Amino acid sequence: MDAETLQSIRAMVVRSKRRDEVFGLVGVAALMVGVLTFAALFLDMAVQGMARIDADFLTSFPSRRPAQAGILSAWVGSTLVMLVTAVAAVPLGVATGVYLEEYAPKNWITDVIEINVTNLAGVPSIIYGLLALGLFVYQFGLGQSILTAGLTLALLILPVVIVATRESIRAIPQMIREGSFACGATTWQTVRDHILPYSTPGILTGVIIGMARAIGETAPVITIGALTFIAFLPPSPFQGTPPFVNADWLLAPFTVMPIQMFNWTSRPEAEFQVNAAAAGFILVLMTLLMNGLAIWLRYRLRRNIKW
Amino acid sequence: MTPSEPSLALKMRVDDLNFYYGDFLALKNIGMPVYDKKVTALIGPSGCGKSTLLRSFNRMHDLYPGNRYEGRITLYPDDTNLLAPDVDPIEVRMRVSMVFQKPNPFPKSIFENVAYGLRVRGEKRLAVLEEKVERALRQAALWDEVKDRLAELGANLSGGQQQRLCIARALATEPEVILFDEPTSALDPIATASIEELVSELKDQVTILIVTHNMQQAARVSDYTAYMYLGELVEFGLTDQLFIKPQKKQTEDYLTGRFG
Repeated sequence: MDAETLQSIRAMVVRSKRRDEVFGLVGVAALMVGVLTFAALFLDMAVQGMARIDADFLTSFPSRRPAQAGILSAWVGSTLVMLVTAVAAVPLGVATGVYLEEYAPKNWITDVIEINVTNLAGVPSIIYGLLALGLFVYQFGLGQSILTAGLTLALLILPVVIVATRESIRAIPQMIREGSFACGATTWQTVRDHILPYSTPGILTGVIIGMARAIGETAPVITIGALTFIAFLPPSPFQGTPPFVNADWLLAPFTVMPIQMFNWTSRPEAEFQVNAAAAGFILVLMTLLMNGLAIWLRYRLRRNIKW
Repeated sequence: MTPSEPSLALKMRVDDLNFYYGDFLALKNIGMPVYDKKVTALIGPSGCGKSTLLRSFNRMHDLYPGNRYEGRITLYPDDTNLLAPDVDPIEVRMRVSMVFQKPNPFPKSIFENVAYGLRVRGEKRLAVLEEKVERALRQAALWDEVKDRLAELGANLSGGQQQRLCIARALATEPEVILFDEPTSALDPIATASIEELVSELKDQVTILIVTHNMQQAARVSDYTAYMYLGELVEFGLTDQLFIKPQKKQTEDYLTGRFG
């Protein structure tokens, strides 16, 4: 190769690599928009609210006096609502996903159902609130309760759970299914022994990400009539006498974290704004914890799954 | 067809088998015997239908919509037509097991991989499972390599070991027939040799059908060979005779490398 050709090849490589660098920089800039926005919001809330964050804040009921107000009823309410949401959404969503992937015949009815499920994910959350108000609160007479809120949010995250279930099931290679069927397994045995265990990490991740979204939802919970000021806790799910568990809490009135925040931000006193920032900080922390749990679980469970 | 040995018993017989993928006729009027405790190889160029034929023996095609069989595959001694609509494919797969092209151990322990077929059949007694798993692993010439690590993941084994694990899985339920679908195509030459040796040893216990694109492999391991081309069975015979003196010009051309 003569020196001139070599030169031109080198010049071309340099030019091409410059584009590499340019895209790398564009990518970092794009990433930073998201990261920095979140960091700024989170830090701002932390700085504003830090003065109010202490044990008393977590163990006090709301109050007319900002310095004594806390988020006890809000975080207990959020936790219990999330419990109902998980218990309702996981079996329904996983069963739907498994049915659509492993059992449903491939025909136009299945296609229509699939399109509908995908579209459900795009329905504004307040619509779910209106549906729940009509259906759960009035039709079923469940009242403005933890049960109603949990079921409403379960409907809201159902598409997320279904999609996560289907995606993780699709990631299982067909040769694993064939291996199971070749051993003489039925479809149900294949689902129970292979499909569900191997898709659990993905399903869990989807469920937790869905729940992290649900915990911050305000509109549907307001629509079904969550209270904004509540100075008592729902009855405890546990009791000292048999049967040791108690379902009365399901029908108790409640509030949740975002509603408590919303309530405080609408007050004129500046001190309540500080409370709102503190509550926001804790809500974001709860969400981050849930996402962290999702990542950790995925990592733990996937270690044992190799194709 | 020259079943020259007098002691030959039929294990299966294929009669007038047509197979359709939707409207596409993939197997045309196949007829051949499968002799008991012998190795029968299916050879032919890519797309000739050899894997399609193999997967008809355990009704694997029933897993996908739009597939259709005509004709029959009779399993002896009970004369069951494996393709009959009233014979459940699960029943067929309980009797005819399969080893795949690429090793496909489940992401479970070595023990659970081998025990899976037994568990599907409802076996829960640990002592029975342990005994049968050990026997299957010994038959698959894997026991000595894995006996101290039965709780480890099957996927941690080498490719050749994984394939022997899959053979042990297929053997554990004491099937009457084992189907091998190009079992060495994803393996290196040493692992290939060990699988071939294993296939030759296993034929004393079980009837074997093996698809291979490697003619030397067919010559080495099989007693009978079927040569297929474009969905048709061109020639079936004793491997020695078919390779040395094929009856059909088409077979000869393929074996001498004139095409394929």
